[in-house]
Amino acid sequence: MIRSRKTAVAVFVATAALALSGCSSSGGAQKDDTSSDGGGNVASTPRVKIAMVTHAAPGDTFWDIVRAGAEAAAKKDNVDLNYQGAPEAADQVNLVQSAIDSKVAGIAVTMAKADAVTPVIKSASDAGIPVTVLNAGGVDAWKATGAIGYFGSDENVAGQAVGTRLSGEGAKKVLCVIQEQGNVALDARCAGIKTTFSGSVENIFVTGTDMPSVQQTITSKLQQDPAIDRVVTLGAPFALTAVKSVADAGSSAVVATFDTNKELVAAVQSGDVEFAIDQQPYLQGYLAVDALWLNINNGNTIGGGSATLTGPAFIDKTNIDRVAEFAAKGTR
Amino acid sequence: MSSSTTAAPRVPALRAKDDRVARKSLATRILSRPEIGSLIGAIAVFVLFCVVAPTFRAAPSLATVAYSASTIGIMAVAVALLMIGGEFDLSAGVVVTTSALAASTFAFQLGLNLWVGVVLALALALGVGAFNGWLLMRTGLPSFLITLGTFFMLQGLNLGVTKLLTGGVSSDSVADMDGFAGAQAVFASTLKVGGVGIKITVLWWILFVVIATWVLLRTRVGNWIFAVGGDDAAARAVGVPVRKTKIGLFMTVGFAGWFVGMHQLFSFDSIQSGGGVGQEFIYIIAAVVGGCLLTGGYGSAIGSAVGALIFGMTSLGIVYAGWDANWFKLFLGVMLLLATIVNLLVKNQAAKR
Repeated sequence: MIRSRKTAVAVFVATAALALSGCSSSGGAQKDDTSSDGGGNVASTPRVKIAMVTHAAPGDTFWDIVRAGAEAAAKKDNVDLNYQGAPEAADQVNLVQSAIDSKVAGIAVTMAKADAVTPVIKSASDAGIPVTVLNAGGVDAWKATGAIGYFGSDENVAGQAVGTRLSGEGAKKVLCVIQEQGNVALDARCAGIKTTFSGSVENIFVTGTDMPSVQQTITSKLQQDPAIDRVVTLGAPFALTAVKSVADAGSSAVVATFDTNKELVAAVQSGDVEFAIDQQPYLQGYLAVDALWLNINNGNTIGGGSATLTGPAFIDKTNIDRVAEFAAKGTR
Repeated sequence: MSSSTTAAPRVPALRAKDDRVARKSLATRILSRPEIGSLIGAIAVFVLFCVVAPTFRAAPSLATVAYSASTIGIMAVAVALLMIGGEFDLSAGVVVTTSALAASTFAFQLGLNLWVGVVLALALALGVGAFNGWLLMRTGLPSFLITLGTFFMLQGLNLGVTKLLTGGVSSDSVADMDGFAGAQAVFASTLKVGGVGIKITVLWWILFVVIATWVLLRTRVGNWIFAVGGDDAAARAVGVPVRKTKIGLFMTVGFAGWFVGMHQLFSFDSIQSGGGVGQEFIYIIAAVVGGCLLTGGYGSAIGSAVGALIFGMTSLGIVYAGWDANWFKLFLGVMLLLATIVNLLVKNQAAKR
């Protein structure tokens, strides 16, 4: 009785949920989902429009956190934030151009494909719209665009930090797992590890959209080369899969990763994953918007003409409990 | 000349030799099976990697290869049936993610036993298949276009619903919920055989291939599938239920997608909502390498299994051989091409006889 009623309720709720989400997802740009963010007070400065245009593919946990940071700053600064993401450089350029055309007060933009987006950022600066650059890819290129600041990490520096740490632990051979072939930022991470690591580093490519094949490929590599004692993945979900591969292959390799998510925090707590290196995406989104607000209302710039690095920061057993609190809210 | 007198006695002789009913030699019959070319290709790939990659020969490595082939193969066998029936399904990759997300989300959000989620996900996956098939029969549009639409719709649904319910882009972990252990035993357990861990998907895969082969070669439904793939107007004219057959084939793909989705859910606990994109082509490739024609009406279930095996052996064999990872996709492409060329040579040889 109860069971069948429960099932009936389940079907009803599910149908309703499907119908509801069907509406919102087909409307193109998705509505904001207000996450719990700090500060009840809103700035008394006039309400302004700021556009954020990233190269994020839909459905990436990392960009969710960037966006949460940007939304938090926007809420506090009395900013009307319009967030857009387009993985193709040409689409991203069009989105920036349309922001210029609609005369927003400021633009926050990523420069994953620096050459493609530089001209449009220049024309925004020329039009008198302050621009901030966030995330990765433009750590040097941003200066030539007339942007007022850069908030992100240097992938290579982050990789170097991992290499130094692993050398200190006495590791001999690192397997660097790249989930997307030809991605400059991911390549730079592995290259960074290679420059500072005392042992040898080998890269392997996996198909990020197919988890079983990720697991199978890492397993086979560990079976092929038993000398591998560290597996470094470049995204949190892949670290959790690598843990399963290590068990499958009967290897004793230790798993570490770039970037975090909710499940990864639990894995660090349980010791399955040794550490995660964090570029603090929340901070990137937050600062990119906050810096624009400061510039518009007080003429400030942050960073004194240099990039403001938001990472690398290590998350391991020593600080995981504190981070776990925030990760559960989707802000770390 | 005197043809009228000589022709009469020749007729019975001709009839005895009528090539429509003549018994071909055993070798010719074997060589003209759709899967035989790919089988020889598979043996060639296997021998190659046995020679160049010492670790490839070890039992645990072969178990990993079999696992890899099984996760492709379970889908490929359903996709092969559909292709023999003359249709494509581009939503086959994302339907895997859709069913996995549906099962975990239903159960997680409502605090139900996971098996309830599993059953609801099955209903959803079959529904997607039925929708594809129904729309195809209703509109007469190419299945390529219809399933392309479904492909995008499911991608949007996967992300939109997950985002709406979890606030993130991956489903919540279900590892500590009721029914997880049981479902994991069915969909994602590992059996120890002589110290080697065999994934249960390998056994399911073999079972599905056996069932599909039996259906294709020994049942009326099998004849219907070949008939609708060859020429559906002619099939309808001789009384084949074309509509039912095609909708059934799409639902079979939905079922396989559900099964692989459950495997992913219970082996990875939480599911990335963006997963599965691009996999549909791997399944089609496995079916085609295994001897299915893109035009329909020809192919075999065993062939799809051999195709999946070739794909699994090649993609992991390159890793076992320790070849430079930067060139991985090139090696993969070359190996698949070689396997297909061997396939073609064998088929031509058979046709000459």
